[in-house]
Amino acid sequence: MSTTTEQTAVQYEKDADGIVTLTLDDPTASANTMNDLYTASMKAAVQHLHDELAADPESVKGVVIASAKKTFFAGGNLKNMVMAQPEDAPRIFAMAEDVKAPLRALEKLPVPVVAAINGAALGGGLEITLACNHRVCVDDPSVKLGLPEVTLGLLPGGGGVTRIVRMFGLQDGLMSVLLEGKQFKPSDAKEKGLVDELVATRDELVPAAKAWIKANPEASANPWDAPGYKMPGGTPKSPQLAAFLPVFPALLRQQTKGAVYPAPRAILAAAVEGAGKDFDTASRIESRYLTKLVTEQGSKNMIQAFFFDLQAINAGKLRPQGIAPWKATKVGVLGAGMMGAGIAYVCARAGMEVVLKDVEQANAEKGKAYTQGLNAKGVERGKLTQAQADELLGRITPAADPADLAGCDLVIEAVFEDPALKAKVFGEIAEHVTGHDRGDALLCSNTSTLPITELAEGVDRPADFIGLHFFSPVDKMPLVEIIRGEKTSDEALAKAYDVVQQIKKTPIVVNDSRGFYTSRVIGTMVNEGLAMVAEGVAPYSIERAGTQAGYPVGPLQLSDELNMELMAKIARATKDAAERDGAAYEPHPGVAVVEKMIEIERPSRLKGAGFYDYAEGRRGSMWSGLAEVFPVASEQPPIRDLKERMLFAEAIETAKCFEEGVIESAAAANIGSIMGIGFPAMTGGAAQYMTGYEAADGAIGLAAFVARADELAAAYGERFAPTDRLREMAANGESFPA
Amino acid sequence: MAEAFVYDHLRTPRGKGKAAGALHEVKPIDLVVGLLDEVRKRNPGFDPERVDDLVLGIVTPIAEQGGDLAKTAALAAGYPETVAGVQLNRFCASGLEAVNQAAARIRGGMEDLILAGGVESMSNVSMGSDGGPWAGDPTTALNTGFVPQGIGADLIATLEGWSREDVDAFAAESHHRAAKAWANGYFADAVVPVTDMNGVTVLDHDELVRPDTSVEGLAALKPSFAQMGRDGGFDSVALEKYHWVEKIDHVHHAGNSSGIVDGSALMAIGTEEIGHELGLTPRARFVSMAVSGADPTIMLTGPAPAARKALAKAGLEVGDIDLFEINEAFAAVAMRFMRDLDISHEITNVNGGAIAMGHPLGATGAMILGTLVDELERRDLRRGLATLCVGGGMGIATIVERV
Ligand SMILES: CC(C)(COP(=O)(O)OP(=O)(O)OC[C@H]1O[C@@H](n2cnc3c(N)ncnc32)[C@H](O)[C@@H]1OP(=O)(O)O)[C@@H](O)C(=O)NCCC(=O)NCCS
Repeated sequence: MSTTTEQTAVQYEKDADGIVTLTLDDPTASANTMNDLYTASMKAAVQHLHDELAADPESVKGVVIASAKKTFFAGGNLKNMVMAQPEDAPRIFAMAEDVKAPLRALEKLPVPVVAAINGAALGGGLEITLACNHRVCVDDPSVKLGLPEVTLGLLPGGGGVTRIVRMFGLQDGLMSVLLEGKQFKPSDAKEKGLVDELVATRDELVPAAKAWIKANPEASANPWDAPGYKMPGGTPKSPQLAAFLPVFPALLRQQTKGAVYPAPRAILAAAVEGAGKDFDTASRIESRYLTKLVTEQGSKNMIQAFFFDLQAINAGKLRPQGIAPWKATKVGVLGAGMMGAGIAYVCARAGMEVVLKDVEQANAEKGKAYTQGLNAKGVERGKLTQAQADELLGRITPAADPADLAGCDLVIEAVFEDPALKAKVFGEIAEHVTGHDRGDALLCSNTSTLPITELAEGVDRPADFIGLHFFSPVDKMPLVEIIRGEKTSDEALAKAYDVVQQIKKTPIVVNDSRGFYTSRVIGTMVNEGLAMVAEGVAPYSIERAGTQAGYPVGPLQLSDELNMELMAKIARATKDAAERDGAAYEPHPGVAVVEKMIEIERPSRLKGAGFYDYAEGRRGSMWSGLAEVFPVASEQPPIRDLKERMLFAEAIETAKCFEEGVIESAAAANIGSIMGIGFPAMTGGAAQYMTGYEAADGAIGLAAFVARADELAAAYGERFAPTDRLREMAANGESFPA
Repeated sequence: MAEAFVYDHLRTPRGKGKAAGALHEVKPIDLVVGLLDEVRKRNPGFDPERVDDLVLGIVTPIAEQGGDLAKTAALAAGYPETVAGVQLNRFCASGLEAVNQAAARIRGGMEDLILAGGVESMSNVSMGSDGGPWAGDPTTALNTGFVPQGIGADLIATLEGWSREDVDAFAAESHHRAAKAWANGYFADAVVPVTDMNGVTVLDHDELVRPDTSVEGLAALKPSFAQMGRDGGFDSVALEKYHWVEKIDHVHHAGNSSGIVDGSALMAIGTEEIGHELGLTPRARFVSMAVSGADPTIMLTGPAPAARKALAKAGLEVGDIDLFEINEAFAAVAMRFMRDLDISHEITNVNGGAIAMGHPLGATGAMILGTLVDELERRDLRRGLATLCVGGGMGIATIVERV
């Protein structure tokens, strides 16, 4: 029994049977991460084991790796990673190798090594366990296991690629673990073979690990280190896999519709290259690709959005401070159309009592049936038991009488986008949701464009009134845009924030303006695509520019889906408002295309005719007559310009939203644009796109963005010109408020 | 600068590149040795001592085609120890590349007599089995936009608006021409039957030609590259670049693509002096040779730039060429070349091509140049140009002139 006197993040303890437990326990932090202390501690611990065994092979019978924290091990230190620049490559590479060396030494000890997984083992955490000979995990569904690096633009560089490929083979390893970064529950991880054994409670972990060591004293070599090892599915040198290999990169490109995500490409490359080599060489190749990802811009963008921004928002960054957390218990949903029905579902799923009210009882019933449909699917897929489904459905009460809303502490209105109608339905229910024992209900209006301050004029309690912009389909879309009206109180905003989190969605908070943040910004992208049609850009090039830029669909398909009649209505409203306020209004060149499409009766998918043909509701090819209405020009612009026109249009509108105070946080802009309106994830969001912009010549930053915006303005119109404030920010090296 | 002359050219018949093909049992080296024997036999003055080198195109130089088969074949054929041998690979152009390199070395004064050609036993060593980073290394494939050649051929047809009937009509014509050429004995001089160790004939004709091929009959064949394009993701990769195209129309199939075959070809190339010395009659003179390239993803549009380069080098115009041979890797490749150079099918591939007779990768270039020389002679014409599309987007072209 020995311990080091120095500070260590890896405690060493040997029991009477000669089994050593290494407990991961960083004394300087609440979670274990791959910091310098960990690296040094793990190195020392493994060296110690090695020395002991060298002196007396019988002195150690086995090793258990356990954790003293809530999570088993949290993984790499992202704060350090985002600082790395290309010139830091030698240091990053050495660091990766340093982290891996003790794990490899641990793996090669002549005694069994077992991981006892008590909490989340994601990324580096799982990688530690993969170096063990056996993994025991507590069967708690809240424990997550997996290698999610790819979702942050990174690669599992702690041996993850190398070992997963050797465990499952190239194809399975890539598809089911590495490329999508899937997070497994313990039971799923067991089924997949990521862990070997489940125990019911945390207390059983170490005993189970020790029992396995005693039962398997010879099990000290992982399969890939044992003689006769054959990689499942073969190595790239085996003819059957070699013939199939060219398909891997092609499928990856197909999957991302041509958008370039560096991380899955690097993972694929490291996996394939490493699979043809011995373990240690493969591991080194893995470190090199990791180094490339870490030092380049792509991972920084994704880490910003999907780690820092999301974490900040989840922690309440955009919520007024000092107001007690709030939980809604009973919600009245006004309007049982598609949005109302979806809202009712997510509220019921979160445990609220729901009164789903429509003018007619039958409509309300129909809205409830939507939940029934989703439930049936959930049960079929095994996500839900029938009992849970019944309980969920039972929470929704369809109603036609305003009095049924009595006792609601939350009202979410989801009727048509008509201010008069909205005022009317709020008027009907006002007396029933005010002044009861749970206080006055929070009044929310689901709208995607109507200014909340104006709508507030139609309700009796404007301070309690707030906009909640849900996205369709509500059950799938992760974002809710909270719109604060002029008179909305801090308390109402805090409650709304809590409600959004209660229904397991991500909130962003914006100030009132026509189209708020998301609708206003997405409109610029769609308009840009439409303007290209008028310029004679080949229609499929416009669509592919969209998807190659990273949007889920191209702007013409999106126009068909969004419905150009609706778009025309919004454009008219914007124009009217501008005229009313005496502001300048210059129609976007895309507007004329919308008008033309309406004129020739091809306004939408809904009407069965838009840019595309629709047969029985299914989208077919681009309408063959389009070239007669909008002839294709003989000279075509470079596709890079097309892509950047959409991205820049949205980014510049985002900058204007900051300047007008519509949006106040880069995190909100990033998360809102990615989760709400499909802004390409690899950019890190609409604000990060500007500050992390990488020019064709490799220059990175806002100054590069401004320079390119000037180029686009010169070529395609003044709307791309950066604002004065953007120029000033670029000159001063400023960025948007976090 | 010295001139380089074609003194003789010969080839094996082409056997179906399958286990059931007649030449499957014949070793690649024996295909070459048969021709090495024959060139000695039928040219009485031909002195093997004077041969400087044997240059062979082999596209899949592994296994029984590996290990510098050229030198091994020279030894096996009993050529003197001083005869060297080298294998080269410029994908589908290898046979013509071998000939061009030989001609260049002759013209450069380095050597006097070289045997050049190629061999491919595709039934024994399958296409692509030698690997390579272009298709097999993800980073390389991602950076260069690799797609298999069949997809490129279908994309050419899509871009040009050629329907299935259009490409099938071209294919049927290839069969009809090849059948007619065989019937009239136009290949009789070039083709050397393959025999076994006892002198028993194994194959004396191109196995793949079907005189009765018709557009109607071809209509029944299923597209060969649709599934790989869709399920393998390759259509998407190609359309990233050809973004204005909605989708690729997969028109190519077994009947309008070059057949997979086994075969070999050889050409004797030398200086004017060696001809005098050995009493060989020059058949044609090398005018110019060129390689070039175009987009690697569509891959098969290289012949036009290569042909233009060869023409420019020779100070010639398209109209100065009497006959063209464009390797029929796929119907659309040949059709595209004719369109690019604005030449008529009447003077192109007049005796059919690889759609009818097959494309033994390493040998084809030498074969079509030989066909060109014979046909110029038969028609008493002056100049011809042979060209092939090549992996990686390359193109190759050679202009010859009768003497
Ligand atoms: C196109 C290709 C994939 C077809 O290969 P395949 O499917 O093995 O072809 P097969 O020879 O088996 O022919 C398939 C069928 O078409 C039929 N067929 C071929 N030519 C025909 C013709 N002219 N008329 C009627 N039927 C014909 C065959 O009889 C066969 O029918 P079966 O299945 O009933 O026996 C293959 O020939 C190929 O890859 N060619 C291109 C080679 C290449 O890329 N070279 C390099 C160029 S860059």
